[in-house]
Amino acid sequence: MNEIIESVKNLSIGFSSQKGKQISILRNVSTNIKKGETVGIVGESGSGKSTLALAMMGYIKQGLFPLKGECLFKSEDLLKMSSRQLEKIRGRKIAMIPQNAGQALTPNLKIGYQIDEALRLHTDLKKTERDKKISELLNKVRLPSPETMAFRYPHELSGGQQQRVAVAMALAGKPDLLLLDEPTTGLDVTTQAHVLELLRFIAKDTGTSMIYVSHDLGAIAQVSDRIVVMYAGEIVLEGPARKILKEPIHPYTYGLLKSIPKLSLDGLPASMPGSQPQPGSINEGCSFYDRCNLATDHCKKNSPDLEHIKELDTKVRCFNHKELINKNNNLQTSITKKSNNSEAIEVLKLKDVSISYAKQKFFDQLLNKISDQNPTVKDINIDIKKGETIALVGESGSGKSTILKSIAGLLKTKDGQIKFENDRILSSDLKMRNPNDLRAIQLIFQNPDESLNPNHTVEQILSQPLKLYFNLSGEELKKNIIDLLKKVRLGKFYMSRYPRQLSGGEKQRVAVARAFAAKPDIILCDEVTSALDVSVQAAVLNLLQQLKEDLGTTYVFVSHDLAVVRAISDRVAVLYQGRLCEIGPSQNVYKFPSHPYTEVLLGAVLEPDPDIKPKLVAEDIVEEKPPEKGCSFQGRCPRKIGDICNSEVPPWQIGENGNAIRCHINIEELASLQQ
Amino acid sequence: MESNLITENKQKNKLEKAFEILKTMASKPSGLIGLTIVLFHVVLALISPYIAPYDYKAISPNTMLLAPSAEHWFGTDSLGRDVFTRTILGGRTALTVTFFGSLIALLWGGLLGIFCGLVGGKIDDVVMRVVDAFLSIPWILAMLLIVSLLGTSTEVLIPALGFFYGKGIVRVARAATHDVIAKDFIISARARGHSNLSIIWNEIIPNVRDAILVEGAMRWSWMLLGFSSLSFLGFGVSPPTPDWGLMISNARGLMSFAYWSVIAPIVGLSSLIIGINLTADAFAKALGIDRSTKAPV
Repeated sequence: MNEIIESVKNLSIGFSSQKGKQISILRNVSTNIKKGETVGIVGESGSGKSTLALAMMGYIKQGLFPLKGECLFKSEDLLKMSSRQLEKIRGRKIAMIPQNAGQALTPNLKIGYQIDEALRLHTDLKKTERDKKISELLNKVRLPSPETMAFRYPHELSGGQQQRVAVAMALAGKPDLLLLDEPTTGLDVTTQAHVLELLRFIAKDTGTSMIYVSHDLGAIAQVSDRIVVMYAGEIVLEGPARKILKEPIHPYTYGLLKSIPKLSLDGLPASMPGSQPQPGSINEGCSFYDRCNLATDHCKKNSPDLEHIKELDTKVRCFNHKELINKNNNLQTSITKKSNNSEAIEVLKLKDVSISYAKQKFFDQLLNKISDQNPTVKDINIDIKKGETIALVGESGSGKSTILKSIAGLLKTKDGQIKFENDRILSSDLKMRNPNDLRAIQLIFQNPDESLNPNHTVEQILSQPLKLYFNLSGEELKKNIIDLLKKVRLGKFYMSRYPRQLSGGEKQRVAVARAFAAKPDIILCDEVTSALDVSVQAAVLNLLQQLKEDLGTTYVFVSHDLAVVRAISDRVAVLYQGRLCEIGPSQNVYKFPSHPYTEVLLGAVLEPDPDIKPKLVAEDIVEEKPPEKGCSFQGRCPRKIGDICNSEVPPWQIGENGNAIRCHINIEELASLQQ
Repeated sequence: MESNLITENKQKNKLEKAFEILKTMASKPSGLIGLTIVLFHVVLALISPYIAPYDYKAISPNTMLLAPSAEHWFGTDSLGRDVFTRTILGGRTALTVTFFGSLIALLWGGLLGIFCGLVGGKIDDVVMRVVDAFLSIPWILAMLLIVSLLGTSTEVLIPALGFFYGKGIVRVARAATHDVIAKDFIISARARGHSNLSIIWNEIIPNVRDAILVEGAMRWSWMLLGFSSLSFLGFGVSPPTPDWGLMISNARGLMSFAYWSVIAPIVGLSSLIIGINLTADAFAKALGIDRSTKAPV
């Protein structure tokens, strides 16, 4: 068990800047991978975790080159090997599972053929043996009906199934080391939990060593034996998973764990100030100095070494780690309590809203008849109170973003009404809305890279709504822009910057500022934190909460992340296939009894705690279309009671906690079942 | 005071950016050669009336078809006119006509393309089918028709060439617009209630400008060839105005024994076309590189 199969020694990887300066992305990294061990490499984007993982299979991205050090796989340096030699190792000895299996599989070749290809390359089996091996592999990754699966094309599989095929292909050559680069990042919560469970099983079953790269401490916590924490190209903390997650003795990891929203806590997590330094901008001293609250003058001038602490079996790169050893019992506290300042006035009402993506047929258009009887989103009734934060939660395809687009007027509703202030009906056509209504409802998007015009400066971006709604110009415009930047905690020197010169968190702040420029009543937030790093996510959530408290804005918050929703929202609406399942005050939705779908979702949430294992109840199959009759969740429901679920739409039941559940099972019975 | 600083800073950035692009273009041999050729032709076109050694239309039977000599550097043509004089003057009309022609092509093609890309739907369908129909007409036949109806003055040639070379730009501009139209910043502008015009001006043009400019530069060199072909066929510039296409056409029968009167205009025309092509390529590359290698500050 203690045999080291790969060891990285003093590895530095970097690139040459345009001025000919050498800039390192990885700095002096050393670590060992033992046989049969799963090592999680965790870090924010730009921390060098993928570069390290790829170097471990002898691959260095174009433009980068090794500056010093070596990567020894069974005492041979991978970085010095010719591509011929590497070919023999890759696939047979070291295999990789990519982030997006949907893109890694060839779209026009059958699954079986692609696995066969891997077998032909990496084994010496004969055709009949290979065929047997294919179904064996498909069985091992627990794909349904392996016989027919081999004859399917990648697009006929769901995202989770595609990822399983990628795992099967990687296992074809019986590798000693398996490299996983964010293998579950693009997947739905329930699917993610299933894939992780499979990986854990395979690691145990085959004794393969794994390197699991992710930004998600929740996923890392589920699979890893040991964790390596990267920051700005250095290893800052390395040790047994339990120790790292429960008693982190590096201030970065400590702050990171505190900034992750957790299901068990009601309120916003503490945020970490600042952002990770860019490669090349790190001078002398500790790279975490700017963001560290333990930092002393000593840290500014001297950079700490990776120190081995015997009693904890941990390596840490910090001078002041001893201060954290005793502090760790309060990992769960220091949470900003959110205040609910919602009033009784209803500001926005969705009444029987249905939305269909289907195009009207020509004859139906003539007869003014609506043909689609089974629309993507159906019968949504939500009343949104002034000043509250209501969250729409669900997996991809649940229609949560679709509803948001309809409220914004970007998508026409098929049926139903959207009523704004004093029961005035808002037109579902953007062009028919009056400018003041447009001003009152603003959108913030998921990815600030896409939502900010890359050819505009921050000043130009923020002046758009100010010019449009308030006709500002000259000095007054400038003053307003500076005020807005101040509101989102950015200095006025940001005005002349382009989005590409900003970090992810700064970009999202600019997007928030743009939404607030309109002095809106309602802000629609579409997955606003899911493209951000964890430490930045908490800061943006805190900012949104602060602005809401100051300005009394109402948020409609769409997210797939139940922990984030728990942290920020006052009320939660759970959606499945475009139908409401459950709605209620957030602290109650997270308690039992809940709708079986909510139960499934809650069970699949990954927490950065090795003691909390996800509960897998429903199968991770995909449904492309909502069912025509009955309950929307009938296809996957673990508590299905029979034909009534398939034929009748379940009634609303209101629990004593105030949450409404749409299920055929009696609410008290549901409570006792879920205990 | 400080706000002034910011605006000044911004303007400087724009100039700097243009300079940076030029520098990137000149940093590779092909770009440097292209820029030099184009610059040479433009300067020549500007100063040639003042440096021409002879009168371009002076006919003299005594100096017919003389070989190159110290007196007549590129020899003389069949009417005894100095070929050097006519060659350095011969690019002026072609350059002017095609420059303004491609500007017109760029404007109408670019704007219509952006408009179609943004509006989409039935308007887009109809406009694009009309453009396709025009694309299927051989341009030279259509040009001959226009020229024979309206004459060969530059007032006719510039808009006519501009129209025929703008069709391709419509497609490019529409495709470039399609790339940005689905981006969230456009959706965001729509949701705020900006007018289509404001969206085109503020959000789309800054993002498709580069692609359209590069396409326009490529069209310029094609148009130059097209214009010279018209002159060659006798439908471009009318004699005795010196023009490369016309000179080639007049002297082609004498090529076997008076090669000099053909070679000079051919070199002039092809070097300009190659120069513009190289410049356009370097321009495209400079813009592309500019976008991808800009490390975050």
